[in-house]
Amino acid sequence: MAERIVVDPITRIEGHLRIEAEVKDGKIVDAWSSCTMVRGLENIVRGRDPRDVWAFVQRTCGVCTSIHALTSVRAVEDALDIAVPPNAEMVRNLMVAALYEHDHVVHFYHLHALDWVDVVSSLKADPVETSRIAQSISKWPKSSPGYFSDLQKRLTKFVESGQLGIFANGYWGHPQMKLPPEVNLIGVAHYLEALEWQKEIVKVHTIFGGKNPHPNFLVGGMACAINTEDPGGLNAERLAYVRRLLEDGKRFIEQVYIPDLMAIASYYKDWGAIGKGFGNYMSYGEYPTNGYADISSFKFQPGVILDRDLTKVHEVNHRNDDIQEFVNNSWYDYSGDGNAGKHPWEGETNINYTGPKPPYKNLDVDQKYSFIKTPRWKGKPMEVGPLARVLVNFVKGDKETQEEVNAVLKTLDVPVDALFSTLGRTAARAICAKLSSRWALGFYDQLILNIKNGDSRMANMEKWEPSTWPAEAKGVGFAEAPRGALAHWIVIKDGKTANYQQVVPSTWNASPRDPKGQRSAYESTLLGTPVADNNLPLEIIRTIHSFDPCIACSVHLYDEHGKHITQVDNISVCTI
Amino acid sequence: MATEKKRETYFESMVKQGYSRRDFMRFATYMAAYMGLSTSAVGQIADALENKPRVPVIWDHYQECTCCSESFIRSDHPLVADIILDKISLDYTLTLMAPSGDQAEKSKHDTMKKYHGEYILCVEGSVPLGDDGQYCCIAGRTALDILKEAAEGAKAIIAWGSCASNGCVQAAYPNPTQATPIHKIIKDKPIIRVPGCPPIGEVMAGVIVHVVTFGRLPELDRLNRPKAFYAKRVHDSCYRRPYYDAGLFAETFDDENAKKGYCLYKVGCKGPMTYNACGSIKWNNGVSYPIQSGHGCIGCSEDDFWDNGPLYERLTKLPGFGIEATADKVGKIAVGAVTAGVAVHAIASTIAKKKAVSRRISKGRENDENLDI
Repeated sequence: MAERIVVDPITRIEGHLRIEAEVKDGKIVDAWSSCTMVRGLENIVRGRDPRDVWAFVQRTCGVCTSIHALTSVRAVEDALDIAVPPNAEMVRNLMVAALYEHDHVVHFYHLHALDWVDVVSSLKADPVETSRIAQSISKWPKSSPGYFSDLQKRLTKFVESGQLGIFANGYWGHPQMKLPPEVNLIGVAHYLEALEWQKEIVKVHTIFGGKNPHPNFLVGGMACAINTEDPGGLNAERLAYVRRLLEDGKRFIEQVYIPDLMAIASYYKDWGAIGKGFGNYMSYGEYPTNGYADISSFKFQPGVILDRDLTKVHEVNHRNDDIQEFVNNSWYDYSGDGNAGKHPWEGETNINYTGPKPPYKNLDVDQKYSFIKTPRWKGKPMEVGPLARVLVNFVKGDKETQEEVNAVLKTLDVPVDALFSTLGRTAARAICAKLSSRWALGFYDQLILNIKNGDSRMANMEKWEPSTWPAEAKGVGFAEAPRGALAHWIVIKDGKTANYQQVVPSTWNASPRDPKGQRSAYESTLLGTPVADNNLPLEIIRTIHSFDPCIACSVHLYDEHGKHITQVDNISVCTI
Repeated sequence: MATEKKRETYFESMVKQGYSRRDFMRFATYMAAYMGLSTSAVGQIADALENKPRVPVIWDHYQECTCCSESFIRSDHPLVADIILDKISLDYTLTLMAPSGDQAEKSKHDTMKKYHGEYILCVEGSVPLGDDGQYCCIAGRTALDILKEAAEGAKAIIAWGSCASNGCVQAAYPNPTQATPIHKIIKDKPIIRVPGCPPIGEVMAGVIVHVVTFGRLPELDRLNRPKAFYAKRVHDSCYRRPYYDAGLFAETFDDENAKKGYCLYKVGCKGPMTYNACGSIKWNNGVSYPIQSGHGCIGCSEDDFWDNGPLYERLTKLPGFGIEATADKVGKIAVGAVTAGVAVHAIASTIAKKKAVSRRISKGRENDENLDI
């Protein structure tokens, strides 16, 4: 008979996620994904100045910080038909690239690695052998026997202190932990090095946006004016600083992240057949290089892949009814048919929590069971994220992406099918980081060339004043957040935000079932996953972490009289 | 209980991790500098770090975006993030801890039991009181329930960021979930409020190390914010202040004046009403801060800043006052102060400063007359 196991809280993510799963004969036979927190941001931005909204919705997530702000200014610029100057486009690309580099590295080492790397086992490593392995996979300089020996002494004393802090009660010694002690020691060393490094790459945001987390954006461009002859603006010193940060970032990804991923993955090839899911992938595309309106210029191409068919890419359209959201299993009501879908421009969100009264042990999954709504593309569930980005580029024939994917497959000696898996998701993330770190230098060069040629424009302020706007306008802004396809829809009326909706990556991946009973990505990929010990959910969190959850919650709306409002839509709360 | 004797001190811990006595003293010196203390306090800090046991920390997450945790790991100094994490024995944090589910909750409950009355509770996020608190549940329990339980055995509480300090964005009108800052729920424990969205990483590290170093809270202002970091307005430490005093302003973004780095007051900068250390400590190890990168301060460390008017609207649109007085009036309203007079916070703490403020107000009024409102 199946046993129900509950994992709540899922840690090392952003937000509040709960997984319930049924395990039978050592395998997961059913699973339910639930978000248990809501804030209501979309309701809060209604009635406000559209130029301010980026700051509100940026607070959707402090981990993928900046991408919601960018998506928001893109939505307003789309609605008002504003084209940003080329310099602003490159600065935005550089900020997205820095975000990818930061986010993917932090995910791998600080949010995901402890699912694969056994910290306690590393105490048994031979430092000389560790050094030999490290030097055989990378030219990263911190690799001497003495370096690993010193680290091991630190770790030993740390463990002996009895206060293990964040490492207490980890899954050390679990039968699914398969790395030799030496590779574990390399993993721990780079966990600590990555923690140091991550605070550096974000300085790209600080230079252009003033701070990180939550750098500043601007409708129409960017606020960081260029002035190569004055300390008041972006000058040669500031730009040289950015260049150095980008070079350091690329080096860390190429010499630490990628070699570690390959070394660790080589011991977990069986995870290339676990966590497969339904096989539909969607990317919105990212990195415009010739204006946001010219989608063909995007470095990451948009598109949809169905049923793992790597011969065809379908088109994405944000403006027709292809994308709809359902609430049949979410703690909201819809006016009219509660099982019908609504396009975000017409979306409505009336929160109505009908789950069990806390404290509770189990959710009633036959009823509504999550604060996340269920989005569908042409009625189909979609997986979004780095794997979708890589696959769409791969199929569309992007040479650089193809080279990176083929290199990974060759090194690990696994077939293309292994991409559709927990391992594939984790590898695709590293490929995205590597490509981004390389492309960032190209964006930088383009920015410098522009400035050299005399173009110092950073913001298009022609339509800054609301008096220049039409009485009513609709817009959609989209982006590839680190975690996948992200879009915001805005309706502007009389200079104010009349409606605002976000459908975020984790809405696609973490949502409950749709009216047809189709599972979304988390629930689908958990099916068939082996579970060695029902009390230790290591295998579950491996697959869930492979998505890098950033849990989106939905808005619920009340007006000032406490009545439900039927308008706005989903609210996302991505917290790591 | 007999928990103290087993725990190693910071100094022991650092030595174990390969740091020298010299490194340790440098760390203590950084701490003194960041807490606004004179060099004579270095010895005191070093002594405290050497001899006091490590303090367990429980870090809860409620309605938040995790930007506070992210900012905390950006701290460059005091020392590096991993050392700080080790120093405080971070026993529970959803963001970084290895275990999930029951094992995660076990870590927390072990600490709450073993170190009852000794641990520091850090809170990131607000608590929704709407609909019986059901808008935020962890492990099947409401944030309200969890907070009350964790606060009961805490030695002190740190309210990280604007969410825990004032409710932040989810508490903005119409506050759909009744998002509530923790000091409105927990009344019987000392609470340090560290507002900002997020707070500066080095400020967060500075506050927590102050607590564990001295075994007491840092000196707080009337709003329970550490004076070391919140005594001055961004306006008072802004390097663009001379342009403000000279009446030189950017008229819009990316215009000639913006390119010269003139004051951003007229494009909505909230620096004159915002108490924070952005102008002095700056962000991400001193690289920049919003104004330096061309965008006005949005006032993210002030209570209810989301409802203090549009981001790009200058403060003088409130009628009847000169710039400086208006800015202070707005700030005062924002923080709920009731005391009459200008500059109610620490900037007016000395006569000399009062004179300086007075001069600036006069200058500000002159400038105001030159503005084309």
